Amino acid sequence: MATRAAPPRPVRIVLAKVGLDGHDRGVKVVARALRDAGYEVIYTGLRQTPAMVVDAALQEDAQAIGLSLHSGAHMTLIPAVLEELRRRQATDILVFAGGIIPDEDIAELKRMGVAEIFTPGAPLQGIVEWLRERFPEVES
Amino acid sequence: MPERDLAAEFRAGNVRGLARAITLVERRDPAVRRLLAELGQPRPPVVGFTGAPGTGKSTLVDALIRHWRALGRKVAVIAVDPNSPYSGGAILGDRIRMQGHALDPGVYIRSMGARGHLGGLSLATREAVRLLGAFGFDEVVLETVGVGQSELEVAAVADTTVVVMAPGLGDGVQMIKAGILEIADVLVVNKADLAGAQRAAQELRTMLNLAPRTEWKPPIVMTVALSGEGMDELEQALARHRHYLEGSGEGRRRMQARLREEAADLVGQWAREAALRLLEADGELGRLADESPYVAAEQILSRLGTGGERAEARA
Repeated sequence: MATRAAPPRPVRIVLAKVGLDGHDRGVKVVARALRDAGYEVIYTGLRQTPAMVVDAALQEDAQAIGLSLHSGAHMTLIPAVLEELRRRQATDILVFAGGIIPDEDIAELKRMGVAEIFTPGAPLQGIVEWLRERFPEVES
Repeated sequence: MPERDLAAEFRAGNVRGLARAITLVERRDPAVRRLLAELGQPRPPVVGFTGAPGTGKSTLVDALIRHWRALGRKVAVIAVDPNSPYSGGAILGDRIRMQGHALDPGVYIRSMGARGHLGGLSLATREAVRLLGAFGFDEVVLETVGVGQSELEVAAVADTTVVVMAPGLGDGVQMIKAGILEIADVLVVNKADLAGAQRAAQELRTMLNLAPRTEWKPPIVMTVALSGEGMDELEQALARHRHYLEGSGEGRRRMQARLREEAADLVGQWAREAALRLLEADGELGRLADESPYVAAEQILSRLGTGGERAEARA
């Protein structure tokens, strides 16, 4: 075990499935990849409301929220999460998303404040590297 | 990280301030000590839940929260899950089974990774419990997976330790092997509607009868957490144990032992931090350690004892 004086500072990320969408294979694979990259992943499970996701992120002191959507309701649910973050004065929490999201919606969601969107086929390493750039202080 | 007035956020009841303060505890940030000094340190009673993965701990805790909320008590849960020994990362998934209380401001759930706590998990959880008390929570639940030693550290923090079992996860020998019966104040056989539950309870009873006689005999409670069956009995068992702790003086003894243990843990942690700094700063000391860690350790200890390093260790 390495000796070090500075405490470890794992980045904490809430991963959530919002709305009526039971397709959780993808989010679980991402959760595992992030764990293996040294992140602390708080997985909230299925059928979360935007308010529940934001509440979990606040209670867990998470630096980022990752949303997984395969239901087609992303133009309703993702903006609702952003709105809830504004309402709770927590817009410093980074929001990223993954799932089946068409290109034209991606541009619109990014304009609204989503930091990045990963579509099917995105390599796991790409997600990890993107997070590393956003959170250079993570130890892993 | 921007400086926040955490004490003000506490007084305003801002959950984010509490969450950030617990992060500081996890990072061993000395700002927490100043915060606690400012807020006072009421210590709410702590019930620890431990047991093998899949025995239903989180579901039981969820049911218990419901009971306490019905009584108007504010409940906080610290759910400890293991970290990967390789990457240090973790998947913390206990919230999944505690969804019944989402958006209830009287319930706070915080997931914690078991590893990577300098000075140990118990040091971090003890301080987190104080913060939760200062924030106004009446009950604290500490949940941990019984896969290694973390459950023992947690038992050292809890006033009442509940060990959760389920049928089909090994026989009585597994239980004495794990040493887990020794820390149990209350034993729960969950999933009692499954085949083998009565036998598991019987084996537990046999094991308990072989244990040395003590004033408190851990009751065995059969529950089906999903349906709520047996929850009344569990709550009564917890209340009886709390009553016993208060009436027998055992609660006071445990509290005293815990505080002394914590003082020793803090010395260990501060000394370790100071030693690492010394070894880094003093090349000669480092070379001495390369030769013989024992000799170097003795020198470090004697230098710490003179007090020059002590202030630094606390910084």
